[in-house]
Amino acid sequence: MMNASTSPHIRSSLSTATVMRDVAIALMPALLFGVFVFGLRALVVILLCAVTCVLTEWLYQRLMKLPVTVADGSALVTGLILAMNLPASVPVYLPILGSVFAIIVVKQVFGGIGQNVMNPALGARCFLLLSYGKAMGTFQPVGNVFGAGAFDAFIDRMTTWNVLPADGASAATPLTGMLGEDKTSVDLLQAFLGNHSGCIGEVSAVAILLGFVYMMWRSVISWRIPTLYVGSTVVFVFLVNLLLGNGVTGWHELASHVLTGGLLAGAVFMATDYVTSPITPVGQVVYALLIGLLTALFRVFGAAEGVSFAIIIANCVVPLIEKVTMPHAFGTPRKKGGKAK
Amino acid sequence: MKRGTFKHGIHPHEDGKAFSKDAAIQCIYPQGEAVYPMAQHIGAPAQPVVAVGDTVLVGQMIAQPGGFVSTAICSGVSGTVKAIEQRNTVSGRPMLSVVIDNDGQYTPLPTLGQPREAEGLTNQEILDIIRDAGVVGQGGAGFPTHVKLTMKPGVAPDTIIVNGAECEPYLTSDYRLMLEQPQMIIDGLKVVLQLFPEAQGVIGIEDNKPEAIRLIGDMVKDEPRIRIQRLKTKYPQGGERMLIKAITGREIYSGCLPIDAGCVVMNVSTICAIYAAVCQQTPLIATVMTITGDAVAKVANLRVPIGVSFREVLDMTGGLKCEAEKIISGGPLMGVAMTDLDVPVIKTSASILAMVRDEVAMWEPTACIRCGRCVVACPEKLVPPMMAHAADGGDLKEYERLNGMECMECGCCTYVCPAKRRLTQSFKFARASVMAERRKNAAKKEG
Repeated sequence: MMNASTSPHIRSSLSTATVMRDVAIALMPALLFGVFVFGLRALVVILLCAVTCVLTEWLYQRLMKLPVTVADGSALVTGLILAMNLPASVPVYLPILGSVFAIIVVKQVFGGIGQNVMNPALGARCFLLLSYGKAMGTFQPVGNVFGAGAFDAFIDRMTTWNVLPADGASAATPLTGMLGEDKTSVDLLQAFLGNHSGCIGEVSAVAILLGFVYMMWRSVISWRIPTLYVGSTVVFVFLVNLLLGNGVTGWHELASHVLTGGLLAGAVFMATDYVTSPITPVGQVVYALLIGLLTALFRVFGAAEGVSFAIIIANCVVPLIEKVTMPHAFGTPRKKGGKAK
Repeated sequence: MKRGTFKHGIHPHEDGKAFSKDAAIQCIYPQGEAVYPMAQHIGAPAQPVVAVGDTVLVGQMIAQPGGFVSTAICSGVSGTVKAIEQRNTVSGRPMLSVVIDNDGQYTPLPTLGQPREAEGLTNQEILDIIRDAGVVGQGGAGFPTHVKLTMKPGVAPDTIIVNGAECEPYLTSDYRLMLEQPQMIIDGLKVVLQLFPEAQGVIGIEDNKPEAIRLIGDMVKDEPRIRIQRLKTKYPQGGERMLIKAITGREIYSGCLPIDAGCVVMNVSTICAIYAAVCQQTPLIATVMTITGDAVAKVANLRVPIGVSFREVLDMTGGLKCEAEKIISGGPLMGVAMTDLDVPVIKTSASILAMVRDEVAMWEPTACIRCGRCVVACPEKLVPPMMAHAADGGDLKEYERLNGMECMECGCCTYVCPAKRRLTQSFKFARASVMAERRKNAAKKEG
């Protein structure tokens, strides 16, 4: 008996699972570097997020009698991205709580993969930021990362559980330092390599760019959103400062904006999330510029990070962006009743 | 030479042309009965002009055009008319057909193959010859060629495009024609150029066929009115509107005809059929088919008399070497999956593609992840997920608003989709529904 179906009769070898696998691979340099810098706690947070996300999705779909789709890898990617956005020193219940929130509240109740309005990991991160501000804003100091004896220091980090100082005080992240008084406090080379404090996956620009190059090479993402987002953030920071009468923003400060905080990680891994970004090419440009503007505003007017909020706010207007950026169908008249060119 | 192209489109991973591209075209003469469905072209079905019991020779007209947008059908075999009845066709729909008991002798009409000078003929004479020879566009849906070449008063094309793109994977029949009959293609184009004294002829060939580009390029380099255009290899370059864009840069939408862009587009096989009809007094009685796929015993490019059954053609090349999950008439991207091999070869049949594995059955459709690959694949610059949402929800108005009727069902979106959604299937259904609705409304207005 021969199969009958409508054309086309061939399919590319790509599937949702292979795409998610590529994203997971692209996240590895940033996450592994996070483990290198922050030690055992970072590893535990990453594993907790990954396992909880997958388990939660599986359990939810079983209980709701839905088809189980954990094999597509999207829950795993959500877990990895959430972990990337957490400080390594958070209490262990936070990754679990965040993962459950991401999968159930942000993803599944909207209808599961493809239907969620916000990026699940970022939705969960913002929930944690608002609910557990202290824990989410406390970063462990960075020890010996690139110096002599760095390997022994790494072994030390992998065997230490209590990483915060006894008084629970947070180490300054370079972004908070820069947004404060000293505009040129950031050592750009160290920030580029990742020798500073911050969330697990956001510290090393090199590691994030490795992931970016990998995803570009595998055609998982296009250049549009990441480059336009980062570029427009720089331009908008410059413009906003100019309009506020703060004068011309120096290149050092602008470079610090790019290399510190969550901007690069957000641009490469979160703003590019398929489900929550526009599918129209022009829409992707508008969306990237919008997040860039919001990020610049949050960074100039706010006291700290604005990447996550900028992205999830832009996520919510994606349907609107798509509506006004519909591509012009091939050869159709430009105006109603007009002639084809 | 600058390579012509269009935006978007895909590069299918399995090109498949290597299987059969070196197999020279062979003529076959099947002995079984021949069946001629009356509707194997766009437009009104042809009307039989033979009766049961009549003797028929190769090349003899057995059905006349059933209107202006219609064409004749001529027999590819000799024998006796056995029946005029409903018979099953490739599409799966039964259709009124003339059935000829093939005597296997292939006795031709006396005039068949006799040379005729095109120069002395008037335009109307040429068009009548093409119509009575049953020539249709063999690259696509079989639009009657004489209709395509009939212009409104005051309208004339400036470009006659010969489609040698053959962008569907696996198919090599046009490629073999270009290698083996280049002079016929050039002379056929000259016949068409004779109809339109103002026009230039352009033969468009994708650059994955360098031998054909070199061969024909050499032959036309001294022709004042004919040139060759290299095209960047990409699917669906052979789509009429894509090809016009690639060669002239002009864009038209589905509501236009190629003449609105000053073009007439014809497949290389159609051009050969025009030459045969006008200069060799040979109607369209055979088609070149590629027999290919990983399940066939022997790949081949065959010149097959129309009317004979797919099964006999396949058997004559050695049949299948193993079980085929799917057998396709046409290419893998726009061809028709066959459910029955005992159906006749028609004018537009281009291949028998037998595949061991059916890639469609390997995947279950899953939820759209909005990756946007379909949007950058769609040569019509549509937004397939939105169209699918409207189509699957039965909202035909919204489907039309999203320019869903511009879809040419090329299959690019479905090919690239990582969620393996059956987008093209939804669009085919929605388009058919919209067209049925339009016909109903038109009928209501009239009556």
